[in-house]
Amino acid sequence: MKCEEVSRELIEYLDRRADSAERREVEEHLAGCTACRKRAEEFRGIWSVLDELPAVEPSFGFDARVRQRVAAEPQRRWFEWFVPQPRLALSAALLIALTVWIAKRPANTPVPGIPAAPTSASAEQDFNAIKDLGVLENYDVVTKMDALSELAPADAQPPEKQLPSGAESND
Amino acid sequence: MLDVKAGDDASFDFLLQKYRSPLVNFLHRMVRDTATAEDLAQEVFLRVYRARKQYTPSAKFTTWLFRIATNVALNSVRDNRYQKMQISIDAPVDEDSQAPMELPAREKRIDQHMIERDRTEIIRRAIWSLPEKQRAAVLLHKYEEMDYAEIARILDCSEGALKSLLFRAYETLRVQLAPLVTRAATQRAEERRPS
Repeated sequence: MKCEEVSRELIEYLDRRADSAERREVEEHLAGCTACRKRAEEFRGIWSVLDELPAVEPSFGFDARVRQRVAAEPQRRWFEWFVPQPRLALSAALLIALTVWIAKRPANTPVPGIPAAPTSASAEQDFNAIKDLGVLENYDVVTKMDALSELAPADAQPPEKQLPSGAESND
Repeated sequence: MLDVKAGDDASFDFLLQKYRSPLVNFLHRMVRDTATAEDLAQEVFLRVYRARKQYTPSAKFTTWLFRIATNVALNSVRDNRYQKMQISIDAPVDEDSQAPMELPAREKRIDQHMIERDRTEIIRRAIWSLPEKQRAAVLLHKYEEMDYAEIARILDCSEGALKSLLFRAYETLRVQLAPLVTRAATQRAEERRPS
């Protein structure tokens, strides 16, 4: 055992609370270490000095004052068991108020952090697009639309009129 | 305590009789003022009474009682220190005025009593000079003779931490009270010497 370890066990050894193995180890160390032996003796000396401190007795009216204060304590009545604690009651009331507020809030009110719900106009557009899906899936209609798209736009200049083949040769 | 929990007021009286002296002594050594110690002891008994319905015998009653007492004492010491700091940081604390009055034993001579009173005061001051937790540990170990597990529970620390706390406290006391130890050893040697 090193001096540091002994110092940790010294108090327990001196007040006879250490077990026999620990006692033996400490005693072996103390037999060979003058510094730790001196410290152990000084600790013993201090304990006997601490014993000199006189005990104080409670004053004459101490018990009466305690009894008086105990008697002044409010007695719990049988119905108090049903009365909730103030903090618990406040928490429950806040929770109910919050639930009611969330339930009564309009559905379209944007909440920060949550994306806004779709409006009625955009919902109608989406519905019409779905309604036209049948037309788009019809192959014949789609091919005809392709042919239409090849046509020149209405505001474009009309193509030059082709002359009859015999007119040019007449000049 | 279980009888007190069941509503038996006579059992509370029994607890009061049994623990009032150790409690007042412990608190007096913690706060160094008789009136404050008695006020705090009353507070502890009142807290015990208020908490009687919630009491569960998971630990020894003394552990529970002294845990309440330690908390009450530490709060008082801290509050008192804060108040003193507010009044004046530089004003010296008149510690002599806080010392409890002790009547001399009739058979002792007055000079002998004065020497003893001086020694007592030095011991009190040495204990008082310890940090609060160390002071509580020493008082519970030395004067209440509690075991390590019980003290550790009261101070809310491990047994290992308590052992080092006690060692540090007794080391401080060893240095501070060394003159008294030497004087006591000299006195004993003189008494043993044949006249």
